[in-house]
Amino acid sequence: MKTYILKRFIALVPMLLGITFMVFVLMSLTPDDFLTPIRAQPDVDERYIERLEQEFGLDRGPIAQYLLWLGNIFPLHYDGEAERWWQRIGFQVNFGYSWTYRVEVTELLAQRIPATVLLSLSALAFAWCVAIPLGVLAAIYKDSIFDRLTSILAYAALSIPEFFLALIAVFFAAQTGWFPVGGFTSLDHEFMSFPARAADIAYHLILPAFVLGVGGIASLMRIMRSHFLDYLRAEFVTAARAKGVPEGWVMFRHVFRNAINPLISMLGFAFSGLLSGALLVENVMNYPGLGQLVFQAFLRQDQFVVMGAVVMSSVMLIIGNLLADILLAKADPRIRLH
Amino acid sequence: MKENLFIQAARRPLGLAAMITLGVLYLVAIFAPFIAPYQTQTQQLQKTYHPPTGLTWQDGRLQVKVYEQVDPTVYEPIPGGAAPIRFFARGFEYKILGLIPWDRHLFLVEAPERIYLLGSDSTGRDVFSRLLYGAQISLSIGLIGITITMTFGFLIGSLAGYFGGWVDNAAMRLVELLMAIPGLYLLLALRSAFAAHVPSDQMYLLIVIILAFIGWAATARIIRGMSLSLRQRQFVLAAEVLGQSTWKILTRHILPNTFSYLIVAATLSIPAYILGEAALSFLGLGIQEPSASWGLMLSQAQDSKVFMMNLWWLLIPGAAIFVTVIAYNVLGDVLRDIVDPKMKVQSR
Repeated sequence: MKTYILKRFIALVPMLLGITFMVFVLMSLTPDDFLTPIRAQPDVDERYIERLEQEFGLDRGPIAQYLLWLGNIFPLHYDGEAERWWQRIGFQVNFGYSWTYRVEVTELLAQRIPATVLLSLSALAFAWCVAIPLGVLAAIYKDSIFDRLTSILAYAALSIPEFFLALIAVFFAAQTGWFPVGGFTSLDHEFMSFPARAADIAYHLILPAFVLGVGGIASLMRIMRSHFLDYLRAEFVTAARAKGVPEGWVMFRHVFRNAINPLISMLGFAFSGLLSGALLVENVMNYPGLGQLVFQAFLRQDQFVVMGAVVMSSVMLIIGNLLADILLAKADPRIRLH
Repeated sequence: MKENLFIQAARRPLGLAAMITLGVLYLVAIFAPFIAPYQTQTQQLQKTYHPPTGLTWQDGRLQVKVYEQVDPTVYEPIPGGAAPIRFFARGFEYKILGLIPWDRHLFLVEAPERIYLLGSDSTGRDVFSRLLYGAQISLSIGLIGITITMTFGFLIGSLAGYFGGWVDNAAMRLVELLMAIPGLYLLLALRSAFAAHVPSDQMYLLIVIILAFIGWAATARIIRGMSLSLRQRQFVLAAEVLGQSTWKILTRHILPNTFSYLIVAATLSIPAYILGEAALSFLGLGIQEPSASWGLMLSQAQDSKVFMMNLWWLLIPGAAIFVTVIAYNVLGDVLRDIVDPKMKVQSR
C-alpha cells in the first residue's frame, strides 16, 4: 500500500510538469502580460519595471520564463553560499506575487483553498447522504410511484445548470431572508465565541453546498439504483435468502456492500465536477474560494495567481482520485493496489 | 444505421417527446427573426424592467394590456387600456434562413406600445426576442462543437488503439493531462490564451474550438479501448491480410462498429457544450453584448436589483437551458437503451 501511494505521488510529478507547461504556453500566447497594468500606471518608475522584467524573466523567451517559474515553485532552495550550507536550504513554495492583491500567491492560495475544500466536501457529503438512501429505495421499490418520481427528479437535477440553480438560490435567499446572500462568514465573525463561529460558517455553507451537491445527487442515485438492481439478481443473494438470512441483512450485507463499490471509485471523478462547479457557484453566490480567486485573477491578467490556482486544483483533483482508490481498496478486499 | 436508430427512438414515448421538444426548439431558433417582434439590440429606455405584458380579449380580438409607469421600475396595467396585436405585420427587415429578405413578423403591436411577452431587461430590450436569437447561438454551438469533438476523438482514439506502441502512449498521456485539470479551470486557462475582447462572430468560433479542445479527450479514451479490442477481431485481421490501407480499415471496419457508441456519446455530451457556452458567456468571457445568448442573458440576472424586486422573468433563459439539456439527456438515455440495454448509467 505504501509503495503504491509513493508510486502515485511520483507519477504526479511528470503530470504536474505537463499541466504547468501547457498552462504556461497558453498564458504566454496572451497579448498582455502581468506587468501591463503596472506599465499603465503613470507613477511607476521605468527602472523599477525593467528590474521586475529581469526578475521574472519577461525579457527572455517563454521557455526561460517557464524554467524560472519552475525554479521558484520548487520547494527546496539553496542560495549558493558554501558556508553552513545546510542552514541555507529553505523549504518554501513560491508561486510568485499577485499584483492585484499585493501579496504572495502562496498566501492567497492558503486563504482560499480551505473554503473550496470545505464547500466541495460538504457538497459531496450532502450528495451521498441523499443519493444513497434514495437509490437503494428506488431499487427495492422498482417501478413504484416512488421510483418514477425519483427518476424524474434525477433527470431534473442532472439537467439544471449549476449557475442557474445558484441564481435561483440567491433569489430565494434574498426574497425570504432565511439564508445569507453570500460570503464565507458574517461581518461580526471575529467577535464570536468558537461554537458560534462554527455555526456561522455552517450557516453560510448550507446554500452553496446544496446547490453544488444537487447535480451530484442525480448521477450518484442512478448509479446506485442500477448497481443495486444488478446485485439483487445475483446468485449469492438468492442463496443467502434460501438459507434464511433475514431480508434486511441480505440487503445491507450482500447487496449494498457490493453495490457501493462503483460509487466509491466514482468519488475521484466527482471531485473534478465539484471543482468546476465550485468555480461557478462561488462566483454567483459570492463565496470566497479558489474558483472566485482564479476567475478574478484571470480577468485582471494576474497570471501567477491563475497558474498557482490551476496547479493547486489539479493537485487536489489527483489527490482526490488517489483517496478514492485507497478507499475502494479498503472497502473491497478483492481489490489489490500495486 | 443512423436513421434506424432514431426511428427506433421515436417509437418510445420518452424518446418521441424529447425529439419533438428538440425539433420545436431548433425550428424556433431557425425562424427566430420571423417570430421575434424586435431585434436583439432594440432598446426602449423608458420601459426598463417592464413586467410581461398581459393578454386580453377585447373588441373581438386579442389585445395586450397597456401599462403605466408608477415608479422607475414599477408598472401597473391601465384599466380598460389595450393595444391590438397585429399578426403578420410589417416590422424590421431580416432574411429568412439568411437568404430571402422579408419584413413580416408573426405578431406585433402599434409602435408606441410594445409587446413584452416575457418582460424587458435593464435597457428595455424584449426578453422574448433575445431568447429566440439566443437560441440560435446556444443551440447551434452544441451541434458544431460535438461534430468537431467526435471527429477528433474518433481519429485520435482509433489510431491510438489501432497502432498501439508510442502513438498510443503519446495520445493517452495527452488525454490524461487534459483530464487531470478541472474542466472549468482548463476552460479559463485556454480562454486566457486569447485577447479579452473579440468580435462576436470570431468569439463564436473561439468558444467552439475551446470547448472541442477540452471535449475530445474523454471520447478518444473510450474509442481507443474499443478499437484496441476490435483490431484483434477476425474481420479486421482479414482486412489487414488483404492489404487494405489503414484509412480504409478505420473508416470501413472500426467506424461502423463504434458508430452507435459515438451517436449515444454525442447526444449525451451536447449538454456539456450548451452548458459550457452558457457558463463562459455567463462569466462574461463568451458571447458579448449586444448579441444574445442564454448564458449572457442570465448574467444580467445577477444584479441585486433583480433579487430584491422579484424580476423573475430575467431568469427565464435558465429555464430554456434546462429544457434543452433535459431533452438531450432523455434522448441520449433512450438511444443508449436501444444500442446497449446493459450499458451502465454513466456519470456526468
